[in-house]
Amino acid sequence: MACYLTTGKHMSIYFSVITVLVLLAITAPIALLFGFGGASAARSQIAPLRWFGKGYIAVVRGVPDIAFFLFFVIALDQGIEYLRHKVLCPDWSEPIRQGNDFVVCQAAKMPLGSAPQWVHETYGFALAVLTFAIVFGAFAANVLFGAMRAVPRAQLETAEAYGMTQRQTFWRVLVPQMWVYALPGLSNLWMVLIKATPLLFLLGVEDIVYWARELGGTKTPRFTDYPHGDWRMWYFLALLVFYLLFTRVSEVVLARIMARLTHGQATAAGEAQRKAAVA
Amino acid sequence: MSCLQTIQDYGLRAIGIGERLLPRDDFTLCQQFTLIGSGMIWNIYFGLFALLMGFFLATALAMGKASSRAVLRKPAEWFIFLFRGSPLFIQFFFAYFLFLNLKSVSPIFDPFTAAWLGALIVLFFNTAAYSGEIFFGALQSIPKGDTEAADAYGLSGWMRFRRIIWPTMLRLAWPAYTNEAIFLFHATALVFFSGFPAWQQRGDALYYANYFADKTFNPFVPYPILAFYFILLTLVVIALFGLVNARLNRHLPQDVRPRMRLRPNLIR
Repeated sequence: MACYLTTGKHMSIYFSVITVLVLLAITAPIALLFGFGGASAARSQIAPLRWFGKGYIAVVRGVPDIAFFLFFVIALDQGIEYLRHKVLCPDWSEPIRQGNDFVVCQAAKMPLGSAPQWVHETYGFALAVLTFAIVFGAFAANVLFGAMRAVPRAQLETAEAYGMTQRQTFWRVLVPQMWVYALPGLSNLWMVLIKATPLLFLLGVEDIVYWARELGGTKTPRFTDYPHGDWRMWYFLALLVFYLLFTRVSEVVLARIMARLTHGQATAAGEAQRKAAVA
Repeated sequence: MSCLQTIQDYGLRAIGIGERLLPRDDFTLCQQFTLIGSGMIWNIYFGLFALLMGFFLATALAMGKASSRAVLRKPAEWFIFLFRGSPLFIQFFFAYFLFLNLKSVSPIFDPFTAAWLGALIVLFFNTAAYSGEIFFGALQSIPKGDTEAADAYGLSGWMRFRRIIWPTMLRLAWPAYTNEAIFLFHATALVFFSGFPAWQQRGDALYYANYFADKTFNPFVPYPILAFYFILLTLVVIALFGLVNARLNRHLPQDVRPRMRLRPNLIR
């Protein structure tokens, strides 16, 4: 049994678990960055920048869930190929959309048709990360926008009274203080992000869902690759437990971060902490 | 073929009435609109029934979680954690294969492997867990004065729950519950993407949208159509829940009433 669970194919499922963790590790900061950019843009003084920020938040949040993922990856893929086509093959006469087909010249294929397998996989992974980052960036932008507004006005006025410029007020007063207001929303988002990872499967990355289906199943009842019946149930049970544990650990860690951030803040929880320390 | 003809052929295709074969080539806009719209029947079916049944289980779960007796509290807490802590996607897969295994044990489980029952049960438990958490939160924030007033009037037990606790809980939870309902309808799009097979190509809206996107290699038509239908559905849900919200808050002065704030979520 232990020997069976360490075959080459099983190694790929363990590897895909790492893929999911890597995805989370890469996407979360990028999404946060997108969110920060979006939120700062949405409260900018310059009108077009503000419209852009607000538009970004509104459009991405308004579109229903997985349809967005299905749509976005193809759209991004075709968009990139279209741009490359325009640049690389200027003397291409035929139209790109021929009825139902999307045709670009060979040199504009992304990745190149001759590229090795791992490039294709990495490219697919990068597209997935970008899609996740754009979608979750909008959500993060919304949370951060709310958090920036939640920072007490008096704090900003004090900073201005000390003669700080707008930029200084933003970086030295607003940003350090907003996190405590943003964290509940962000931690919620993190939970959602964890639970969104199986959608990688929809995006064509060979992730844990793919491998669980692949390894648990019997190809045909008589000629099977695997020396067991339909085990997909057990593989998915393992996935379920994996996600539950991951969620639980995140909850505990986030609670700790929250306790640390609350320290010395002008909120009810911060006040409670102060009283507890005094008593 | 005129558009009216297409609607006759494919309008109820998702529940197996009308033309058997899906269009193969020369896809018209009308066909896409009709078939994706016909798929919405399933989305509405799943959402509506899961919501109706989930409501009662959610109330029970919230009362359980708020209970001081561990026998009631622990199962409710675990149920909520189990369904809120794992992706719905995985839940669908697991449930499908679980039912598939049970099927070989007893033929009673035959219908469970079909989407109409199996997926409905998963959605039912899922929305019950999410709404249960929302109701629990509302239960915790019922003003102390309300329950004290109930005690003062000598209300107790069922009467106290029915007259005071439950309406107040609903009133406080309603804006969040509206979000949950919208979110649930969006989640119904996952059904035919995960495990549950679409029998005789009777699928939901996303199934057909995906079918068209695959056939035409052009995602820019079917997915916006899908989005259009979902936005329409969302607006209907908001309107209906808004009516209920107005009724729940009818005793409050106009400016104290909680405003419905939409906070669409992405994935459960």
